[in-house]
Formats: sequence, structure tokens, C-alpha cells
Amino acid sequence: MSDQSKKKIVREIKVDLDKCIGCRACEVACSGFHASPKYSSFNPSRSRIRVVQDLVNDVYVPLRAGEYTAAECTGRQTFKIHGKQYSECNFCPASCPSRELFKEPDSGLPLKCDMCADEKMPMCVEVCRPGALTYEEREEERADEEPALGEVETGLKSLVHKYGAQKVMDTIARLSQND
Amino acid sequence: MRYAATGFDLEVDLTRGNIERVATDQGLTGQYLGGQGSAANILWDRVPPEVDPFSPKNLLIFSAGLLDGAPVPGANRTSISTISPQSNLYVNSGLGGFFGPELKQAGYDKIVIRGKSDGLVYLWIHNNRVEIRDAGHLQGKSALETATLIRQELNDPNIQVAAIGLAGENRVFQASIEHGNSSASRGVGVVMGDKRLKAIAVRGSRDIAVARPAELFEICNRQYREVYDNPQCGDVFLKEADDSWHVGHTGWSNPPRGFWSEETAKELAVRVERDHVSYQWENYTQEMEEVHETIVEKSEILRGTGCFNCPKNCHLAISLPGERIYFLKNYSRLAYARAAYPDLQLSYDILAAMQNYGLDEFAMPQVVDFVVTLYQAGILTDADLPDFPADSSGRFLYVLEKIALRQGVGDALADGLYQAARSIGRGAQAHERSAKRIEQPPVRLQQASYPYFLMHAVGDKMNITQIEGSFPQMPIPDRGEREEFVAQWDAAPERFKKWFLDWEPGEQLSVEAAVNIVDWNEAMHFSDEALGICPFLSSFRGQYGGRPSYHLHNLPQYISLATGLELDAEGLEAIARRTGLLVRAINVRRGLRGPDEKVPQDLWENRDPGLEQQHLDAYYAFKGWTPEGVPTRETLIGAGLDYVSKDLTARGILTGD
Repeated sequence: MSDQSKKKIVREIKVDLDKCIGCRACEVACSGFHASPKYSSFNPSRSRIRVVQDLVNDVYVPLRAGEYTAAECTGRQTFKIHGKQYSECNFCPASCPSRELFKEPDSGLPLKCDMCADEKMPMCVEVCRPGALTYEEREEERADEEPALGEVETGLKSLVHKYGAQKVMDTIARLSQND
Repeated sequence: MRYAATGFDLEVDLTRGNIERVATDQGLTGQYLGGQGSAANILWDRVPPEVDPFSPKNLLIFSAGLLDGAPVPGANRTSISTISPQSNLYVNSGLGGFFGPELKQAGYDKIVIRGKSDGLVYLWIHNNRVEIRDAGHLQGKSALETATLIRQELNDPNIQVAAIGLAGENRVFQASIEHGNSSASRGVGVVMGDKRLKAIAVRGSRDIAVARPAELFEICNRQYREVYDNPQCGDVFLKEADDSWHVGHTGWSNPPRGFWSEETAKELAVRVERDHVSYQWENYTQEMEEVHETIVEKSEILRGTGCFNCPKNCHLAISLPGERIYFLKNYSRLAYARAAYPDLQLSYDILAAMQNYGLDEFAMPQVVDFVVTLYQAGILTDADLPDFPADSSGRFLYVLEKIALRQGVGDALADGLYQAARSIGRGAQAHERSAKRIEQPPVRLQQASYPYFLMHAVGDKMNITQIEGSFPQMPIPDRGEREEFVAQWDAAPERFKKWFLDWEPGEQLSVEAAVNIVDWNEAMHFSDEALGICPFLSSFRGQYGGRPSYHLHNLPQYISLATGLELDAEGLEAIARRTGLLVRAINVRRGLRGPDEKVPQDLWENRDPGLEQQHLDAYYAFKGWTPEGVPTRETLIGAGLDYVSKDLTARGILTGD
């Protein structure tokens, strides 16, 4: 393996909350970019980035759609920011059954940010002139990949994970004696 | 398929509780675009002059700009139109923020409200689902509180709310309609309150389609940068240290103390200290310990916030002691600078109070100045103003409260200065400063300015600050600098460049130039108000630097790419003039004539009535109006307004040839 193949490009959008003016241009650009044909329609409800706003408490948080989750989480953490309580749900990027955020308005299918895959820069960053969103590409060492596991190994590993190594070994020993 | 527009209006009858989604005529978009333009056409059609502004038949129209919701940066304005009880004439006031785009995303270009509800209600629009809901629990709440409560109640933080405060509920004539960081002034809130409509909450999740996607987004993407980088656009006064012009040119009876300076800016950080006592257990000894702490609160600018899809951060969010937040709007900045109260923190107290009551921040300083003047002149006495404070801040807050509650003398003042002066009597009229029954700021020009005179006199917005903007107010002394200005002045037609180039300090522009400048200013404003384009990027901003981001020459491209309408600069100007003509016709039909078009006597010293009349005559002639200020049949028909001509003839307003 060459050295190069051990590197990978990490694409990252950095968010500076102090610079966000809450204009939602990112939502407009994102929904347009992902429309078909491209830019044929605009609809923040389809955007994969939303600005969570709380005017009265001066909170503006651009949030990008993350993983889809089939079930609500059990997390019940709350944060107090400048004297106002927020639940972790307020700033969670998941497309989750507990709320409407990051779902196609018609189908309910989950939305996820793809960093505008083919563009040199994600469109939300491109239109964010105040500079709340910035784009960064950096190279990162790729961790050595683990060798592929065989079928039996995979099965055993999950059993070990579930019941613990000792119980699995005991069972295998018992089964072997029975033979 | 409609592009940029949704093609549907929402018709709401508050008397009967009836709600309808009505398809609109695409032809009207070609004639008036959206926003103010198409709303004016509805008012013309459906609110004849016999309808009293407080009649259930008066309409209150929330109309999104044609380009709202399309990716055009800075296209986000909502035009609110109705017939004003204060002037008994047409009134249109805009607000920025997020309301217009959200309304379009919900599937409507406009909300047309008629009738009156029995109790206080709010309108909840969520795509196809529209409900009239009880608002009893929102009574007396400020607009910001109302928005928060509605979002909680409906469990959706993305709902956009436009609401009235206590002043609107109490049918105060100078009541505003507030929305997030923005507000609509010039008294549209009184009609909303009269209809017992506390708020409109909108949430939409539909697509806004555009006609030529790739080309439109390409020019919009460039425009984000142009708007952001353009130092002459946005709210240029907001961060400017020296506002001496505005203070130096206003003549308050209670004269300003100094003006905005670096020192005043520092005063913003005024700290308020208060003692706070709490109790806590100490080490489980069951002994309560008294804990004294000093809580320090200070006023500070939190951030500049933007409106929908605009990279400018014109609306400063300011935190004030007492956990209050205030959004600074430009015209109110002028208001406090003019009033120049002893310290800046105090000004913000006053502004925050106006925001909370939902009062026009432009009209109120004039009203308070009037009250203080009458008090000093002995026309209003302690009997009229019980417990009237001695300090200016106390007085201001006192008057605001009386007006918002319509209490005591506040009841008369809440009918507008013109009416208040007549109700109070005792010579109060001599101190009243209004035009067409609307409060006017005490602007005092150092020398005569006839374009200014005309804009003041004929402007349909009734307020000079809403009409000016595209042409510099004063000449640049150095010819070289004038040449530079003109060289990059893409917004201006060629003849304007020549007039400005030859304009030397101390000279008057020709009558012809003055008339053209006013007409052009009007066209720029009517175009912006129809498209939803913020005037801070367009019609207000040619006067500084001559490089507005939008103007009549580049807007047609955005319109064509977004809507598919083929339009050039001439076409856009024709639409803007048609709207202006229609607004004029609405007002003429309600009785407005040339003699009503007066400006406050002290606009400048040594007035020349003959020259003023000469300008008015030239303006009417240029517009194709009679010397009385009535558009002629030929003018109306030429603009495609045959139906207006017929109506004015049938009513005997247009006679003979």
C-alpha cells in the first residue's frame, strides 16, 4: 500500500454562531441546490440546513441534517445558555420521529446533508457572506483497516458482545464435550 | 404553472368566519406584479369611497412581494395596505423579516381580510389548513411575546407571526404591526385592531418554483456578494458615528441636547446595578443564610440581525436591563437622535416601550413633543396631565402609556395629532404639525429644495422619509467627485446624470429636473414595494454613492428569470407608474385634491409660494393630471386603466374632455 492511500480528505463546515445574522440564505441555497432540476424551486422545509432561532434570547444556530434515526432517543439533557434552558433536542441534527425537522415535507423521508457532493464548496457556505459558515478540507491519516472477518468470526463476535467472552467460551466447551 | 407567485390569495371574512383560497388572474401580475401593486388593485375594486375605514367592509391586505421566496437576496418584504382612519386615504406600509416568504411557502401571495370578529382572534395558516383561533389569552401582550406564545401553543418554532400590541387592540391610530425584528408603521395596526385580529401566524412548507433556475441562481449568487460588500447599501446610518445632520435639521420645540457622537455610543453600555437577596442552606445546619449579591445588568448590542435571504445585518438586537430585547430600526434611530434625550439608554427605554405597545416609532416623538409644547404653553394643564413627570424620559413614557391605553388625554392623542389638536382646542391647532392629517417630523432645511418640497407634498406615503432616496439631496461641491459619482451611477437614466453633474452648491435644480426626480423616486419605490425588494438595497440608497444594488435597470432581469415575464426597464417603469396612478385614483376618489398637498410651514425659511405652485403645476402636468391633481382620462387610458377612468367619470370626478 502506498502512503497516499493511507490519507483521506475530510470535508468540514465550521459554524461561528457569533457571526450568524439569522438570514437563512443557507436554507434557500440548499433547498435550491437539491431541487430537481437544480435551482428550479426553493423551500426551506426541504433544506438540509436550518437556522434554529430564538430572537428573544438572541440564539441563532445553523444546524445541518445528520443521521436518520428510527426511534426517539432517551436523552433528556438540558443546557442552560445565558440563563435560558434548552433541551439537547433543540440543537440535535438527527432526522427523528419526534419532530418535523429534516424530513421531506411531502413524503416524510429523512433528509441528510451531503456537503453538496460535487461542488467545490457546499452551497450554504457559498452564500453565507457574513461568514458564519466556513468550509475546510483537510487531509487526515486513514486508520489501518482491520482485516475482514469471516462469517463465523462475525457471528462469534456479536455473541461475545452480547453475552461476554466467558459465557461463550463455556458454551463452546460444553457443546464440544457433548459431541 | 405560475413562477415566483403562488397564484392564490387567502380571503378571510372575520365576521362570518369564512375562509377561502382564491385563484388569481395571471394577467394582473403582468400589470401590477405583486406586493403593493396587486393589493392596490384589490382596494380599488373592492373598497369604494363610501366605505368608512372602520367599516367591516374596509380590507386589510397582507401582500408578499412578487420575488419573496425566490432566491433574490433582499426580496422579503410584505406590503400591508388598507384605508387609514387617520387620513381617510390609502395607506401602505411594509415590513421586512420573514413573513412574506413564509406566506408564499404556505401557498398564498396575499391575505385579504374583511369583516370584524366579535372577540380577539388570531389567524393560523399552515399550508392548506387555515383556522381562526381565540386570542383572549394574548390580550395585552407585546408582539414578541405573542409570537413566542403562539409558537409554544402550536409547537413549531418556525412559525412566523405578525401581531399588534396593546395600542392596536385599543384602536390607537398610530398603532404599528410588528413582526420579529421589523415593524410596519404609519398606522396600519389600528385597522388590524379594529377587526379584532391580534396576530397572523404562518407556516409553509411548499416549493416556490422559478422559471429559469440556473440563470437566476447564478446572478443571485453573485448578488449576495455585491449586497454584502456594498458599503452604500443596508442601513448606512446605523453604525455611523455622526448623525448631526438629522439633529441639526430638525426643529423640536424642546430642543435636542447635542447629537450622536462617539461618547453617546459609549453610553450604550450603561450599567444598572440592583441588590438581590436570596436565602440558602448552609452545610445542612438547618440555618438559613441570607445572601446579598449585586446583580449588574447592562445594555449592549448583541448582534446585527438580517431579514430573510439578505446578507446585511441592519436590525441591531439590543439587550436592555430587565431582560428586555429591542430591535433597532432605522427610522426609530432617527427618532431618538432627533429627540436627543439626556442619555442613550433612556432613548432605548423609550424605543423598547414603543415596540412593546406596538406604536409607530416615528409618529410618537412628534406627539410627545406636541404634548410638552402644549403643557409649556399652558394649553394642557395638570388637570389634563395628572402626575405629569418633570423629566423628559418620565414624560415620554407617561404619554406612551396614556396613548396605548387611550386614557385621559391619551384618548384624544390616539386619534392622531390633527384630530387631537381639534379635540383639545384652546389654540392647540397652532402647535400641530401634520400633512394630510398624518404627523410630520420637524425637518428644517437650510435652504429651499423643490424636489423635497414636491415629494413632501404629493407623496402617497405621507412621510418624507418614505419617499426620498434615489437622487442625492445635496450637490457634491467638487466637480471631479461629481464626475466619479456619475460614472458608476448605473441606476440613473442619462438625463439625471447631466442634471447632477451641473448642479452647483447653492443653486436650485430646474423645475423640469425637480419634477423628473420626484417621478423617478416614486417609480423606484413602487417597483420595490411590488417586488418585495428592500428599499435599503434599492430606492433609498442611490443618494449615497450612487450605487444601489437594485434599480430599474437591473431588476427586470431578476423578474424575467424568476417569473418568466418578459420585461425591460421601460416595462417595469410603466408598471410602477400604473400602480402610482391607481393609488392616486383611490385617493382622488376619497376626496384628495391639489389644495390638500401642503407641506409644514417651517420646512425652510423664506418660502416662495409662487415657485412652489409652479413646481406643483409642472408636476401635475408631467404626470398627466389636471391642475386639481386628478389624473386625466387620457392618462388613465394610456396606462391601461380604462376601468378607473370609467369609474371616475361615473362619479362625476372626471368631466367633459
